[in-house]
Amino acid sequence: MTYKAMKVEIDSDGIALVTIDLPGQSMNVWNADLMADFAAFVEDFAKNDKITGAVITSGKPSGFLAGADLRMLGSGAVGVGKDASPKQQFEAAFNLNRMLRMLETSGKPAKALEKGEAYAKPVAAAVNGLALGGGLELVLACHYRVVADNPKIQLGVPEVQVGLLPGGGGTQRLPRLAGLQNAAMMATQGKPIDPKTALGYGIVQEVVPAGEVVAKAKAWVKANPKAVQPWDKKGFKFPGGGGAMDPRSVQFFMAANAMAQRETNHNYPAVQYILSCLYEGSIVPFDTAIRIESKYFVKLLTSPQTRNMIRTLFINKQAAEKGEQRPKGVEKAVLKKVGVLGAGMMGAGIAYVTAKGGAEVVLLDRDQAYAEKGKGYSVGLVEKAVSRGKLAKDKGDEMLARITPTTDYNALKDVDLIIEAVFEDPDVKADVIKKTEAVIGKDVIFASNTSTLPITGLAKHSERPEQFIGIHFFSPVDKMPLVEIIPGARSGDKALATALDYVAMIKKTPIVVKDTRGFYTNRVVPPYLNEAMLMVAEGIKPALIENAAKLLGMPVGPLALTDETSLELGLRIMNSTKKELGADYKPSGVEDLLETMVTKLGRKGRKSGGGFYEYPEGGKKHLWQGLSDYFPLAKDQPTADEAKERILYAQLVAAAQCYADGIVSDPQSADLGAIFGWGFAPWTGGPMSYIDTIGVDSFVRKAESLAQKYGARFAPPAKFREMAEKKETLYKAA
Amino acid sequence: MTDAFIYDAVRTPRGKGKADGSLHEITPVELATQVLQAVRDRNNIDTAEIDDVVMGCVSPVGEQGAVIPRTAVLNAGFAETTAGVHVDRFCASALEAINLAAAKVKAGEAGMTIGGGVESMSRVPMGSDGGAWPTDPAVAFKTYFVPQGVSADLIATKYGFSRDDVDAYAVESHKRAAKSWSEGRFAKSIVPVKDVLGAEVLAHDETIRPNTDMQSLGGLPPSFAMIGENFGFDAVALQKHAEIERIVHVHHAGNSSGIVDGAAAVLIGNAEMGKKLGLKPRARIRAAASIGTEPTIMLTGPEFAAQKVLKNAGMTKKDIDLWELNEAFAAVVLRFMQALDIDHSDINVNGGAIAMGHPLGATGAMILGTMVDELERSGKETALITLCIGGGMGTATIIERV
Repeated sequence: MTYKAMKVEIDSDGIALVTIDLPGQSMNVWNADLMADFAAFVEDFAKNDKITGAVITSGKPSGFLAGADLRMLGSGAVGVGKDASPKQQFEAAFNLNRMLRMLETSGKPAKALEKGEAYAKPVAAAVNGLALGGGLELVLACHYRVVADNPKIQLGVPEVQVGLLPGGGGTQRLPRLAGLQNAAMMATQGKPIDPKTALGYGIVQEVVPAGEVVAKAKAWVKANPKAVQPWDKKGFKFPGGGGAMDPRSVQFFMAANAMAQRETNHNYPAVQYILSCLYEGSIVPFDTAIRIESKYFVKLLTSPQTRNMIRTLFINKQAAEKGEQRPKGVEKAVLKKVGVLGAGMMGAGIAYVTAKGGAEVVLLDRDQAYAEKGKGYSVGLVEKAVSRGKLAKDKGDEMLARITPTTDYNALKDVDLIIEAVFEDPDVKADVIKKTEAVIGKDVIFASNTSTLPITGLAKHSERPEQFIGIHFFSPVDKMPLVEIIPGARSGDKALATALDYVAMIKKTPIVVKDTRGFYTNRVVPPYLNEAMLMVAEGIKPALIENAAKLLGMPVGPLALTDETSLELGLRIMNSTKKELGADYKPSGVEDLLETMVTKLGRKGRKSGGGFYEYPEGGKKHLWQGLSDYFPLAKDQPTADEAKERILYAQLVAAAQCYADGIVSDPQSADLGAIFGWGFAPWTGGPMSYIDTIGVDSFVRKAESLAQKYGARFAPPAKFREMAEKKETLYKAA
Repeated sequence: MTDAFIYDAVRTPRGKGKADGSLHEITPVELATQVLQAVRDRNNIDTAEIDDVVMGCVSPVGEQGAVIPRTAVLNAGFAETTAGVHVDRFCASALEAINLAAAKVKAGEAGMTIGGGVESMSRVPMGSDGGAWPTDPAVAFKTYFVPQGVSADLIATKYGFSRDDVDAYAVESHKRAAKSWSEGRFAKSIVPVKDVLGAEVLAHDETIRPNTDMQSLGGLPPSFAMIGENFGFDAVALQKHAEIERIVHVHHAGNSSGIVDGAAAVLIGNAEMGKKLGLKPRARIRAAASIGTEPTIMLTGPEFAAQKVLKNAGMTKKDIDLWELNEAFAAVVLRFMQALDIDHSDINVNGGAIAMGHPLGATGAMILGTMVDELERSGKETALITLCIGGGMGTATIIERV
């Protein structure tokens, strides 16, 4: 038999060594070829008397098998079209389960195995590297599992992170091996474990030196010609407290259900379905259990939410990180040394992520003490990582050694890239640009991390405007995954390519945005936060505002976020905008509230001791009780759904406006920027995905009705009205 | 429609629902048996005339399983023609049993019935019957399930009852219960429980602490803070009640209903059968109602059940002389008083479950019996009896003295 994606060698004992090795790919995944190959093999394995057992391994040094090809799943169906009937969808999705079940039973009926009237041929997994999702599920379907002794090997079922569940028996074999609690933790959080932990959980039986995995697996197969999975044996019991009907499991499920609701706010059905698979599946025999699992899997796979999550959180994120928007034909930038100008909070963070990305950093400030303090930020982060065992001490030391704090512009003479993060003042910036360009090489790209000043304007201070570009980081730089790249009017291809190469080096997610006030994210976040403050001013209960945002899936409430970014900053930006725009300034309606909070009450935000919240020392923050003295509670309060809608549409309309205005050029950038820039509810796949899912016309109608109710700021952009009329979608292949 | 009259009401004293409680050695079937026998013997009835025995029981598994009312009927030596049926409406099971028994009489299906309930919480612990609601993820998510204690604390937070408010209510419950006992207000209905030798094992409610005061309650830690905060139940409750920032946990063992063992039975029949058996009616069951309410806050059902039963009866709040609401948690009663504007002096006048305990499947019949006695003692005319219920329900019954 010939295979495309794997190789089968049968030795003199009749043991088949199956080596999975997808041609032309760096990593094994379950794709159509491997599915077909494996199905054919399993069929042969069950019937062919010459084969006595099997060992399954990988031909890739990169790992065993990384799960299903998400591009295949992202289409919303496995092998059958989206329009297939539920039954057809189920049959297609059940293929993997059917195949793995056949592998572990050799096609023998469960009843015969249970009664000891039949046995399966032994199958062992020789796991040389990471086994995730469908990869780990294949491992679990083997009777014996040998893993290489390497703590970096990841074993896990991460499907939940893209809105799916382990659909190859993972929700059934994991709890039967590791107990309900461990299985729930692995599958609902999606975090992988290392081989030693897996050994402790009972998921694998042996952890051996990498070179011995195949030999050990073979030895077991040879020594155990008759194999039966524990769950196919008579009297099988779940480890540590039985299945869902065991009274000991009642407390577990009660708590797991509540904790999952707390974490997901009912926005991620995958988490509930995983728990349902564990609950329902643990009450019935294995063959019924995997059917239940496949049904929940299909329910998720065919939902627009899963499609959106896979598209944004996986496919488009990877594409952006791999340089989808990078100009073609520009040579990859070699960035060995980066000059970071300004060692304040942003500069210090940029120095850290740059050194972490592997480059030398010249961290320049006017004052040596400031420059040292900026490096100190990295020292603190490295020490923390080392003390938590997340970073080896020597690696940390090497990284810190790459950062040189200085006041001397001459230290910049051999850098490959400049990132400027000095005070947000055009004059200060102009001075720094001039001094820097005097020493750096003529072809070095100069990037400004401004958040408020137009790049084109700043580039006027440069002698090489085509080499000038914006790279906008978010604070705290080490935590925030998004970076906005802003080409100015005269920025050249090399500037854009270098900026994207740099972002790839520091492993962040870039979007390219138009040079305009606030760029993308800072054009959307203020209207969102303002809406929350308007609600406070109207007398809506602050707790309702905060909880509504959290119910929507925002990581923190908008009032808490305003406290973090500081009300004082909000007031300052408002006043400067007012001054700059003069007669063109459109009042946002929160002017009085900000004045009252900042000027009258001194409640400027978290760092200044309190804003909308109080921050008791050693205690949990809580909403400031005095708020209602100044903004009395309204008699009629909105429902949570009404509050959610307002908070959602404040963001949707502003994001849509940015897309309509070309500030972000495509829906995927708008979606990535929203989720990774300000934490827009990830379950939606982003604001554009959300609008597509409810339909552009629904969005337009809802926005119009909100505009009538709350004000013109909710009016949908004209472009979206047109799209609604033409029945267009934002994503072309929706 | 035929009128349904209450001819008698009996109950066991309530024993502490633990292994060291006085009723722990008595089987639940025996508790049910003894109240049935008491009804028979006090009224000198030929049990062949009793059509059906409807009894509540909330954990109908193990020795409380297999239709315990029928088992008790046979064990009590009733005529074998007397049927038995078990009903479960969580905490209102016994009141529902009475309502169903009365409905059978009103509908002409039965001439004479017994409604009541039994629960030995020391022998068959709460939750023994499992159930999909809290555990099946599909259901728990859909219903935003939280345990009742968290619901009670949510009520206190939402409607503004402080720890002092709920504790003060609990102190009063003990005071009233103790006074009622000392004045013999329960004497008419108490049936002391006897052991296999015929010796009395308990003649008095076992959990009343007349000396309970604010100080003694003040030291008790809140019971539901840990599960609420650590297991995520507070968060789930706030997903349904988003206007609240955080739940203040005020309930504890001292201001929540006690876990106890006990049984109760109420003799209900039409006028014709009453006359035939030579019985004198004590009260009439005027109306009954059950209703479903928001399941996460769960315990606010009595307000709505009371309004519904008043409507069914064609009555208004003013027509009710006495109110009896099971003291599942102090905040449940405080919220009911607040919502319907009822004075504390008109409700739970003889104390309640905070002092005397709440044998889940039997309480409804016990508090209805208390009201029959109290109407006679005080010379008042009408009483409304209601209970809050798991899953977000309320059941209520209006009785009037005849």
